[in-house]
Amino acid sequence: MNMQAETGEFIAKKYEPKGPVVLDCYVKNIYYGDFRAVRDTTIPVEKNKVTGFIGPSGCGKSTVLRSMNRMNDLIDSFRFEGHIQYHDHDIYSKKVDAVIVRRYIGMVFQLPNPFSMSIYDNVAFGLRLNGYKGDEEEMVVKALKRAAIWNDVKDKLKNSGLSLSGGQQQRLCIARAIATEPDVLLMDEPCSALDPIATRQIEELMVELKQHYSVALVTHNMQQAMRVADVTAFLGVDISNGGRTGYLVEMDDTKKIFEDPQQLLTKQYVRGEFS
Amino acid sequence: MSQINEQILPPRINLPSLEKNVLELRALKDFFLTGLVWGLAILASIPLVSVIYMLIMEGGARLDFEAITALPPAGFETGGGFGNAIVGTLTMVGIASALSIPIGTMAALYLAILNPNSKTATVSRFLAKVLTGFPSILAGVFVYAVIVITTGTYSAWAGGVALAVLMLPTVTLAAEEAMKQVPQRMKDAAFGMGCTRTQVIFKVVLPTALPGIMTGVILAVAGAAGESAPLLFTALFSNYYMSELAEPTASLSILIYNFSGMPFENQIELAWTASLALVLLVLFFNIVARVVGRTKFKE
Repeated sequence: MNMQAETGEFIAKKYEPKGPVVLDCYVKNIYYGDFRAVRDTTIPVEKNKVTGFIGPSGCGKSTVLRSMNRMNDLIDSFRFEGHIQYHDHDIYSKKVDAVIVRRYIGMVFQLPNPFSMSIYDNVAFGLRLNGYKGDEEEMVVKALKRAAIWNDVKDKLKNSGLSLSGGQQQRLCIARAIATEPDVLLMDEPCSALDPIATRQIEELMVELKQHYSVALVTHNMQQAMRVADVTAFLGVDISNGGRTGYLVEMDDTKKIFEDPQQLLTKQYVRGEFS
Repeated sequence: MSQINEQILPPRINLPSLEKNVLELRALKDFFLTGLVWGLAILASIPLVSVIYMLIMEGGARLDFEAITALPPAGFETGGGFGNAIVGTLTMVGIASALSIPIGTMAALYLAILNPNSKTATVSRFLAKVLTGFPSILAGVFVYAVIVITTGTYSAWAGGVALAVLMLPTVTLAAEEAMKQVPQRMKDAAFGMGCTRTQVIFKVVLPTALPGIMTGVILAVAGAAGESAPLLFTALFSNYYMSELAEPTASLSILIYNFSGMPFENQIELAWTASLALVLLVLFFNIVARVVGRTKFKE
């Protein structure tokens, strides 16, 4: 078992990626004010794979995910120690503009959040933001098709995005996120507000999407991680010293995590002994 | 399906009759309260309906092309109208809107989005609320001191500024409320797409809040169009069409005030007609703003 030299805190065995890595995430510490939310978590996101994040509530999986495109910068007390390597850049380097990072590392949120504008305009939003010069309509149609919602909306592109059902709204949000062809797609519990049928559609979609993008998926649902993720990271909560600090317990191929976990905590969690 | 299932279980508890009984206490209470609410609703609409009825009865007959274009009649003259007052009211409300809508919206932006919890925001919000209850005649006196005395003349400018002072808090508070209603997750989505804060505000927050902002603007415009007290000290009145903004200017509300006190039948009739015209004008603003502010797609 690995231990941190000074403090004796547990550190997970490093996961050796088997393919090229697009986003190499190393979190030393994440603080909200004085509260230490996450420590010692290394998660490489591999190209054209789905990397799943599982763990009990409050283990910081969403915090780590939202750090990957600097969404947490919007919270004043947020402080990040570590680095996230994206191609040649550490996205937390002082020279990097968070706004530009977010254009290449897209995000799909827990609750569907289409803008109060037409379906077409929702998808075209990112293209217009980036000053896209090519055939806008073609890109919009392509994104809607990839997000498997084209057949539902092709006759009502002028209708409000808010007129769709929950599952359709979430697929519209995915279309909006992929219209600008981002490198990485971060998905923060995208199915938690959806019914089982919509959930299955989104899951099938995620498997499709990894052909084009690299996906990082936070989920509270272990079956979902099993069905969708290629690699799974399990985060635990350290409540020693009166804190509630999330940390990486184990990361490996999904099959390995669920069938032959190396850590006792992982074993208990995937068996459903705590959540 | 029409046959009753014989397998169905008899009730295990002693079920009371499930049929309606109008004489039961609960049903009587319900009937009485429903009637009361209806009655009060009708009572509340009596003033509005009777005012409109009276305006149409008294002023409807004279509402023709001459009334809305001709100049006000003098003494014993017959005919005439209040065309100059309509132009004056529109001009001054226009000036007031041009001043108060941008300032109010920007102030609201600060209060709702940029720095909602700062001391400046708390104090401005409080002052805006105080200003909504500001006696309108004081706005007139204030602008009289600041503009009329310095420029040396009553003017449409001064009238517009006085109305702007009255419109500003309404616009600000309504716009703040509308912007606060824009869900955080919509803003998150925009940030997540790579919007700067300015882009989030202009592409997401303002368009989403537009119907709410419009409602505030309509209320403010409707209120300002009917104001007479602040115009007494600032725009005064004129019997002619305005030729420039820096001269005394007629307005519908002052015309109504002036004419209704005159001992001539013709002028009193015109005062009624001008009142009706004012109500229709406000209604027109209302409809136009709603059509413009309505989202451009089917919900």
